[in-house]
Amino acid sequence: MNAVAQYNFAYLDEQTKRMIRRAILKAIAIPGYQVPFSSREMPMPYGWGTGGVQVTASIIGPDDVLKVIDQGADDTTNAVSIRAFFAKVAQVETTTHTAEATIIQTRHRIPERALGQGQILVYQVPIPEPLRFLEPRETETRKMHALEEYGLMHVKLYEDIARHGRIATTYAYPVKVEGRYVMDPSPTPKFDNPKMHMSAALQLFGAGREHRIYAVPPYTEVVSLDFEDHPFTIQHFEEPCALCGAEQVYLDEVILDDRGGHMYVCSDTDNCEERREAGHIGSLGVKEAAE
Amino acid sequence: MTALSVNNLAKTFTMHLRDGVVLPVVDNVNFEVHPGECVVLGGPSGAGKSSILKMVYGNYGVDAGSIVIQHHGVAVDLATADPRTVLTLRRDSIGYVSQFLRTVPRVSALDVVAEPLVIRGVDKADAQGRARDLLARLNLPERLWSLPPATFSGGEQQRVNIARGFITDHPVLLLDEPTASLDATNRAVVVAMIAEKKADGVALLGIFHDEDVRVQVADRIVDVTAFAPRIAA
Amino acid sequence: MSAEPLLRVENLTKYYGSRLGCADVNFELWPGEVLAIVGESGSGKTTLLNSLSATLEPSSGKTMYRMRDGQWRNIYELSEAERRFLVRTDWGFVHQNPADGLRMTVSAGANVGERLMAVGDRHYGHIRETALDWLGRVEIAADRIDDQPRSFSGGMRQRLQIARNLVTGPRLVFMDEPTGGLDVSVQARLLDLLRGLVGELGLAAIVVTHDLAVARLLSHRVMVMKDGRVIEAGLTDRVLDDPREPYTQLLVSSILQV
Repeated sequence: MNAVAQYNFAYLDEQTKRMIRRAILKAIAIPGYQVPFSSREMPMPYGWGTGGVQVTASIIGPDDVLKVIDQGADDTTNAVSIRAFFAKVAQVETTTHTAEATIIQTRHRIPERALGQGQILVYQVPIPEPLRFLEPRETETRKMHALEEYGLMHVKLYEDIARHGRIATTYAYPVKVEGRYVMDPSPTPKFDNPKMHMSAALQLFGAGREHRIYAVPPYTEVVSLDFEDHPFTIQHFEEPCALCGAEQVYLDEVILDDRGGHMYVCSDTDNCEERREAGHIGSLGVKEAAE
Repeated sequence: MTALSVNNLAKTFTMHLRDGVVLPVVDNVNFEVHPGECVVLGGPSGAGKSSILKMVYGNYGVDAGSIVIQHHGVAVDLATADPRTVLTLRRDSIGYVSQFLRTVPRVSALDVVAEPLVIRGVDKADAQGRARDLLARLNLPERLWSLPPATFSGGEQQRVNIARGFITDHPVLLLDEPTASLDATNRAVVVAMIAEKKADGVALLGIFHDEDVRVQVADRIVDVTAFAPRIAA
Repeated sequence: MSAEPLLRVENLTKYYGSRLGCADVNFELWPGEVLAIVGESGSGKTTLLNSLSATLEPSSGKTMYRMRDGQWRNIYELSEAERRFLVRTDWGFVHQNPADGLRMTVSAGANVGERLMAVGDRHYGHIRETALDWLGRVEIAADRIDDQPRSFSGGMRQRLQIARNLVTGPRLVFMDEPTGGLDVSVQARLLDLLRGLVGELGLAAIVVTHDLAVARLLSHRVMVMKDGRVIEAGLTDRVLDDPREPYTQLLVSSILQV
């Protein structure tokens, strides 16, 4: 890299990092509470993960190992771009292995492998306000959070049951954090909600366009909202992963041909690869060549 | 013991819409009604009979004087009572058969009649049963019982009014021309009902233009012209 | 009748800058009592209602309310959280325009059930059952429970608003021209419904109206307002049949006879 085009470490200037770190500390101190922050212009447009990138940029250090996934995969365009971005501006080591990462930035999924102490999961969040589509006024939603008035959230769930016979929300399923704040877990499938509960890792959420940061500290109670007679349930897949045979994991549908052929494979590419390396082969999988 | 005692009652109307002209109505009204008797207010039209009755019911305000009623064993002055007390008096102690029925949309004649019992806590079905008995006695056709009285004839409305006034056991009952629109048969029914009330110890105060009925029910006649306001010299 | 009033208003005054909204209003309200506030436009009746219901903060004066635990509190000294809770559970407010008191994009059942959910009811079946019961009481067909109020007529919306307000068993209901803007036949039905519910549930209510017939039908007592002040008050039939003040006499005489 020549002397002219030099980035500050992790792109953001130090004052900005301070501001964001303060917001993060406040967010950790009040689990689930949306902390406003001054969102900066980033080298990608709003809607492409600027919130998550700003959080990562503020916490990353030269010794960190970064993993970036998008819908569970390390090899999609956005994941690749963001990983390359941090490699360039922070010169950190990057990885696709969940177990090796210290920071995992994710869009819309939580890794299947349980995270450990010392790991940080950074979520990209589009709309941080869980009540937004029921109550458009920001003044009202802030009051509702401040006064713990969450009846409206249950109205949404009631409407689902009345209309569809069951709670139809399958992603961005609202949760109650530490018994106090109702939070939007970002558009992760509800399948992932239980992973948020009592996780050993620190979970940070960044919404760049909406200027909000929130957090779930390690070992925090995270409960999905439901009714007594319509309890929260996660998605159920009928078949295991076609490649690695994994069960109890979130699967993507992959179209194979133009004659309706499809297969269900792990959304979490790293997890799938690890399993195949360990010898688990699914119905459509191939034995990995021995290293 | 007197059930109702009217003392030095006075009333004027000030008609602000007619340049504030003051119309004196009555002055120095004094009379008593005892349990079991029917006192009739007599005198020509415009002498203030209806106004006196309305003052006794609390419907008209009073300029001076007192209206003392025995209410649950305690003497209460209705002339100075606050609205809540007046409502309690009307609920428990003093009933009123007015000249005109003010109809409420959608409430059936049966429920109109039953209402004074229902607000006293009587079971609705029982109250309606009593209402039916009274309406039947007053010869109101049964097909009208479930209809709101707004479309009834004058006589039919009158009978609903009477039933409503007679259904409770209030110790004081006010009657404003209760037989005005009734035929001979029903007049006789009302006369009989008044006699029964007297026998029950109810104190009745009424206005009857119908001389025939008046003669049968009145124990005393109080001539209201005695209470005519003095014209200022 | 209970021994203690439910509401005690002392010298309530509201100025909008230098313009008078309402001044020196004093009265008490007992459980089960309906008070009508009548007056023409600009009389201050809506200002008074909004001040009483803590929608507006008055310039001076107190409104003491007897809470469910028996304690007397000045509603203007409650914290916002306490006040909002009160408004959601122990009070109701029926707006003149039902759309102001409903969530138009949410089903009728959810509209009625919202207050229950807001106070912690977490059983879908129970919430729905309660909503159905209330729809029945306000004469809305049960099969409309999943329809949005956008598809309801004005009268139906108003009845839904009433159900939504009454589901938590409030002790005091404020009503701002509850029949304003409705067709006459619809008004009659609504008034009868209100009359019945108020009686059945023993509600205390403060009803603002310019329509004396509504006052006569619904209220036990009435306050007549003019230019921000209460010029006459008392038993409803007394004030309407034997009006003392010039303005009251004018109001009463102005009613068109049908």
